[in-house]
Amino acid sequence: GRWSICGITGNFTNICVKISLSCRHDDLKEMLDSNKDSLKLEAMKRIVAMIARGKNASDLFPAVVKNVACKNIEVKKLVYVYLVRYAEEQQDLALLSISTFQRGLKDPNQLIRASALRVLSSIRVTIIVPIMMLAIKEAASDMSPYVRKTAAHAIPKLYSLDPDQKDQLIEVIEKLLADKTTLVAGSVVMAFEEVCPERIDLIHKNYRKLCNLLIDVEEWGQVVIINMLTRYARTQFLNPNANVSVSAEGKEDKVEAAALVVKRKPYVMDPDHRLLLRNTKPLLQSRNAAVVMAVAQLYFHLAPKAEVGVIAKALVRLMRSHSEVQYVVLQNVATMTIKRRGMFEPYLKSFYIRSTDPTQIKVLKLEVLTNLANETNISTILREFQTYIKSMDKDFVAATIQAIGRCATNIGEVRDTCLNGLVQLLSNRDELVVAESVVVIKKLLQMQPEKHSDIIKHMAKLTDNIQVPMARASILWLIGEYCEHVPKIAPDVLRKMAKSFTNEEDIVKLQILNLAAKLYLTNSKQTKLLTQYVLNLAKYDQNYDIRDRARFIRQLIVPTDKSGALSKYAKKLFLALKPAPVLESPFKDRDHFQLGSLSHLLNAKAGGYQELPDWPESAPDPSVRNVEVKYPTCSMNIEQSSTEEQKKSTKSKEPKDRSDSESEDEEESSTESSESESEEESESDTDAKKKKKVLLSISINHTLQGTSLRYYILKKWRIYVSFCVALLLKCSFPSPQAASPTCGPLKTYELLHRITGEGLAVTYCFSRRPFTGDPHMVSVQIQFTNNTEVEARSLRVLEPKLQSGMRIAEFPEIDVLPPGEISTVVMGIDFCDSTQAANFQLCTHTKKFFVTIQPPVGELMMPIFMTENEFKKEQGQLMGMNEITEKLTLGEGCRGDHVIIQRVISTANLSRVPCGSAMECRFAGKTVTSGSLVLVTVVTKEERAAQVTVNCEKMLIGTMLVKDILQALSQ
Amino acid sequence: MIHSLFLVSTAGHIFLEKHWKSVISRSVCDYLFEAQGKASAPENVPPVIATPHHYLISVYRDRIFFVAVIQTEVPPLFVIEFLHRVAETFQDYFGECSEASIKDNVVIVYELLEEMLDNGFPLATEANILKEMIKPPTILRSVVNTITGSSNVGGTLPTGQLSNIPWRRTGVKYTNNEAYFDVVEEIDAILDKSGTVVFAEIQGVIDACVKLSGMPDLTLSFVNPRLLDDVSFHPCVRFKRWEAERVLSFIPPDGNFRLMSYHVNAQNLVAIPVYVKQNVSFFETGSSGRLDITVGPKQTMGKTIEDVVITVHMPKVVLNANLTTNQGTSTYDPVTKVLVWDIGKLNQQKVPNLKGSLSLQSGAPRPDENPTLNIDLRIQQLAISGLKVNRLNMFGEKYKPFKGVKYVTKAGNAGPQREQRSTFFCWNLFE
Repeated sequence: GRWSICGITGNFTNICVKISLSCRHDDLKEMLDSNKDSLKLEAMKRIVAMIARGKNASDLFPAVVKNVACKNIEVKKLVYVYLVRYAEEQQDLALLSISTFQRGLKDPNQLIRASALRVLSSIRVTIIVPIMMLAIKEAASDMSPYVRKTAAHAIPKLYSLDPDQKDQLIEVIEKLLADKTTLVAGSVVMAFEEVCPERIDLIHKNYRKLCNLLIDVEEWGQVVIINMLTRYARTQFLNPNANVSVSAEGKEDKVEAAALVVKRKPYVMDPDHRLLLRNTKPLLQSRNAAVVMAVAQLYFHLAPKAEVGVIAKALVRLMRSHSEVQYVVLQNVATMTIKRRGMFEPYLKSFYIRSTDPTQIKVLKLEVLTNLANETNISTILREFQTYIKSMDKDFVAATIQAIGRCATNIGEVRDTCLNGLVQLLSNRDELVVAESVVVIKKLLQMQPEKHSDIIKHMAKLTDNIQVPMARASILWLIGEYCEHVPKIAPDVLRKMAKSFTNEEDIVKLQILNLAAKLYLTNSKQTKLLTQYVLNLAKYDQNYDIRDRARFIRQLIVPTDKSGALSKYAKKLFLALKPAPVLESPFKDRDHFQLGSLSHLLNAKAGGYQELPDWPESAPDPSVRNVEVKYPTCSMNIEQSSTEEQKKSTKSKEPKDRSDSESEDEEESSTESSESESEEESESDTDAKKKKKVLLSISINHTLQGTSLRYYILKKWRIYVSFCVALLLKCSFPSPQAASPTCGPLKTYELLHRITGEGLAVTYCFSRRPFTGDPHMVSVQIQFTNNTEVEARSLRVLEPKLQSGMRIAEFPEIDVLPPGEISTVVMGIDFCDSTQAANFQLCTHTKKFFVTIQPPVGELMMPIFMTENEFKKEQGQLMGMNEITEKLTLGEGCRGDHVIIQRVISTANLSRVPCGSAMECRFAGKTVTSGSLVLVTVVTKEERAAQVTVNCEKMLIGTMLVKDILQALSQ
Repeated sequence: MIHSLFLVSTAGHIFLEKHWKSVISRSVCDYLFEAQGKASAPENVPPVIATPHHYLISVYRDRIFFVAVIQTEVPPLFVIEFLHRVAETFQDYFGECSEASIKDNVVIVYELLEEMLDNGFPLATEANILKEMIKPPTILRSVVNTITGSSNVGGTLPTGQLSNIPWRRTGVKYTNNEAYFDVVEEIDAILDKSGTVVFAEIQGVIDACVKLSGMPDLTLSFVNPRLLDDVSFHPCVRFKRWEAERVLSFIPPDGNFRLMSYHVNAQNLVAIPVYVKQNVSFFETGSSGRLDITVGPKQTMGKTIEDVVITVHMPKVVLNANLTTNQGTSTYDPVTKVLVWDIGKLNQQKVPNLKGSLSLQSGAPRPDENPTLNIDLRIQQLAISGLKVNRLNMFGEKYKPFKGVKYVTKAGNAGPQREQRSTFFCWNLFE
């Protein structure tokens, strides 16, 4: 009865809560629907507070999503927060917001572009993967480095949503890796690590740049880059300690043998290896513990032994940081101290334990102290340990006793001291301390039992008092094992144990059985009956392990007629010499994990962990890291690179000259210049040829003197490029009327064949002149030819059948067209920016002909003028869905810019936009009806590969135009 | 990287959650609670906990667990350092980092977290940048905002985000241009029962409060830079100048920041400014004990030692203490077993002494260890390491700033036997 009542009341409150909740939500919905931003903001704040508390606010989705385009930036941001949280659950509704972000991607404000991309890429809805992909590609070439950084962040998001996009994403990563700004570097390496950490080849060309940028990258990026470069270095350089480790440690016989057989060349460090070590070293002084740790692990894994020492001081510094930082650092120091003990010895006292340290820190410090112990400092360490044993923290005391045991096994000199100390602990008031000591003593005694029978006797007495099972078991094992050293006491202990057998813990019972068996074998006279008794007790024990053991032992030691051959060897079996246990650090060999990693800390591979590769036997080709000094391809680039150079030269004056020392700078620049020189020779041939061709084509057209060729070769770049630009401006920026002749004769189409027209032939062409009277119409020039013997009269348009929105401006009626004569008229058609046909009737005084004019998409636009910058700006706003890119192979006859220009212009009514690059042609126009921009870029690449990009708000037009241009160029 | 963040109070109440990728159920925190149950104190909860599907990396700060949920390999320090940065940002924005202040400002907290991480990777963690994007709450602003409906969120990209000095915003203007530097030093010493120094070191930091217009380029030099054994810097400090000339050359962030941390070589003998005689004994019979502690000044170079507080962590069996003192007050908390003796100023004439009896739990075995003493103190106008700032020069701006340096030392870590912390304080204006 009672329960059901409770249930009902419970339900009641639930219902009440629900009602009040939904009421409040109605209230919020009302606020969200209001016109006042302040109310919307208030509502959004309350909703975000709900999300923060983990309350469900998903039913507000439609009301919230409406405000995604709200003018108030704070409302907008909070809506974004909401959207990202719930989009996955409400995919259909979330799609409603996508267009807002697409618009945002084109905003002139870089913060808005970036945040649009951030939100768009955070909406985990698979349908929008293509949109995200486009947006990322766009943003990766945005002018703002902040937007590019956001693009880098978006890459792993898309990858986790749809791993099939990997190949395309790698392309974007490759592009962003080449980015020279520090803002992008960290983020793109992060993306690299998440998407394609195996593509180490992508790093080659960027390796030196990353090394040199490193100091100016933000802290978080530094960590990621350093960790990645550690792995990279392990694949590309030789082990600087290869020779050292063999001669010094000499443990690994195999390696030694191999080293003897293969006489290695004297080791010379790759300059790139040195560069990495040199450029990361200052970061040991970073305030960020993660950066310091990253550098420390890099040095540990990559530096020559003699240089690793520098990291010790920095790591000891981290010991003064938050306890969580200490925890992680100590784990790593513990691993390092096993391989490189000497490094931390000077800082021994920094690992002394404080009473206020959390237990886990104490235990780790103890581990480090134990690893650091050697003959010279052991007395200091043992004195320190003595004080620890008095601590109130019992877990810590137990760990200290273990540590003493390990010191004793590792350092022979102090074994007796330690043993005596531990024996003293056996009279400690605290049972846990005693128990732990017993366990450790047992391990130590195993090393030299004959010397310590008095200790064994002492311990035998302890069985009366000590209750901790592990300790009792240890004592019993000891007595059994060394019963010959204590022949008088051992049987007595067994007697006592037989009495208490039934009350013992399982592990103790097993050891009693062992003791009994061993005594039976060595001293059967005194213990035969006792053993039988114990075996009988064990036979009926509740635990099957103990029953099994008893049965096994009985068969083995008690001779019966049935007992087999084994019983002869019973003594050998039970009293074989057992190897002493090795007390090892749990951190031994943990350095096969990359230090500083989560996997190292857990001593287990975490998901996504990248193995630290072994050093290669022989170094891969170092020239892969040489960076070709590319010839600037447009005037813009020249500006940039020259300012960059200036920057470099004035770097010492700049605020951020922390990076490398002057001499290094010089070194760098000198190597770079020598590189560029050598490459110049090899490259200049082919490159010059290309350039020559361009130049020649221009010079032929414009009677340019051949001398300028020499100019160019003399690297008078600026002059050359500005010259070219001027020329290109000249040739491609005539008035629109003049533009048409360059594209050759206008293409004429047949409107009416002379047979169908019964002698009247009509053709038309798109004159590409603005239609006088209505700028929104395409002018169509119509030519009538009268092939008959009679006059054709009153030629006119009749009953146009047009799609909605289309309009026709009829040509003025031709009164008379005498036989054999030709007449040309112009009519205007507004095609509404579509390629739908305009149907109308063409009438003479006697006949009607149904005719159709269908415009090629290229005729639906007219040229406009733009500067390069305007073009770039406009293009930047027509990204995403508005951009269509296709790759193609240029046709046989389609070589050289002028051909491309001619073909594009003949395909579409566009004008040339000046462009400094020889590899790129740009064209601009706008659609006739709506005036939407049409931007075309043709980029030619090596061989005959090319790429056409059309940016246009009208996607249909864009798609068709690309197709037409493709066709024109691949002919 | 960081998948989700949960803020959990010591009582186990999850009062904030934020997800940067798919939502992870808050039940993942159960693993933390489990670890907390095993640990004797919140500080003992392991910072890294592996669960079947996730890893929890947490920091415990201001009685809040900041729990980051991780799914794949990531350097643990990366996450720990970031979580501390989050806590520092809250501290900076709300004056304190507490459950109450976070709950009161939950929207700003959310906006901050949104800016600080993108897809779990840190985006903007510099205070100067964040403050340009999200303004810290003030009473005046919240009133104005409710009336006008204007927002706390900036609409343009902070200038610092794109420059190569991301820590400083542009267009800073002050009517009073001032730059203050606090040299904060700390002695961290372990002494044994007889008062011998087992281990002692001096650590210090230079905290700055710089309110200067424009883009000032500062150079701070020391009289005795050789004292500094190990240093770490704010990213603004040009390392090359330090290497070559031992001066701090930097364009400062606007407002408060930590310019450098340093360590003074322990081989330079550290003078412990006080002596302590302690005698704590527990009798074999009668479940009682005696306590007698005397503190006196030593090597103070004529300066007064102030704010002396001695803290003793008693063994668990000590039920109560009946103590009398000739100076200050003493309290014993029988729950936490902590004895606090607040002495105040140390005089040359009178030596403070605390003595009395301890009552122990009857029947319990006599504790065999001497309890640890922690000592807090503060000395005015005495810099223990002797580090002195020489000059502060400013380049790049024309106005004349007001400059000052203050030497302060705050509490350090505690030691196993006895531990002494000194706080030094003196003011020293530039000419």
